[in-house]
Amino acid sequence: MMIAKIYVTLKNGVLDPQGKAVQHSLESIGYKEAQDVRIGKYIEVKLTDMPKAEANKKVKEMCEKMLANTVIENFRFEIE
Amino acid sequence: MKFGIVVFPGSNCDHDCYHIVKNVLGQEAEYIWHKETQINGFDCLILPGGFSYGDYLRTGAIAKFSPVMKAVKEFADGGGLVIGICNGFQILVEAGLLPGVLMRNRDLKFICENRYLKVENSNTPFTRLYNKGEVVSIPIAHADGNYFADDQTLKRLQDNGQIVFRYCDANGNTIDDANPNGSLLNIAGVCNEKRNILGMMPHPERCAEEIMGNTDGKRVFESILTTKI
Repeated sequence: MMIAKIYVTLKNGVLDPQGKAVQHSLESIGYKEAQDVRIGKYIEVKLTDMPKAEANKKVKEMCEKMLANTVIENFRFEIE
Repeated sequence: MKFGIVVFPGSNCDHDCYHIVKNVLGQEAEYIWHKETQINGFDCLILPGGFSYGDYLRTGAIAKFSPVMKAVKEFADGGGLVIGICNGFQILVEAGLLPGVLMRNRDLKFICENRYLKVENSNTPFTRLYNKGEVVSIPIAHADGNYFADDQTLKRLQDNGQIVFRYCDANGNTIDDANPNGSLLNIAGVCNEKRNILGMMPHPERCAEEIMGNTDGKRVFESILTTKI
């Protein structure tokens, strides 16, 4: 079994109101060093065994087609 | 005219749309389950509001792969009229039938209230009975209506007159104070270049008969009726 660990994050310049709310909250409980917070998604996909190159191709497709909306989100992944 | 109302798991404004089309406008209406792959004999398709697939992953992200969406695309490619309301709009942008994306509201709240809209383009099959620049009041009910597109896309939308509705104040000023959700350019509804697909966050079906206390949304449906297929 292989596992794809996928990180979906907002592109630079896209406002993240959730991140902003969390940053304010961190600040209010004393973490003045928390300058900025961006919230993303972490997704794990278990894959049947296949050559690494093929798995890379498939997972990239999954991200482009469904897991990320590339208008506002970037993605990256590791396959283990 | 025959309207098809596409029902996804989690759609919840389908009956409202059916009621307006059938009982208020006296037209033919039929529900189309999202598993259908053939849709024939319809003049206009409505993708109604709701929370298809629980909004999992992103709004509309899973619904865009419902079997029916291939047929919706073909219908639209052939010039058929398609209107997506609220979640229907979110599905249309995810499916790539309309540009942009709808993100979480700027203040993270679910907002359910009447909002003023300015009709920016009355030269579409969905708005031809409105006057350009007219201010109407139509309710919104969403947590993810914050319209975003890159600068290039926004410019294209403006140049082509694809921005159909914008949030405004009672006097038609499209100012930030009148923007409920953070949408760029106060965008509440856009159409495609060919003008046969409209997506809008506000709910015209919720203000389309006297008993609802507001009929400002009725002309969206009446406009469709005046369109020659």
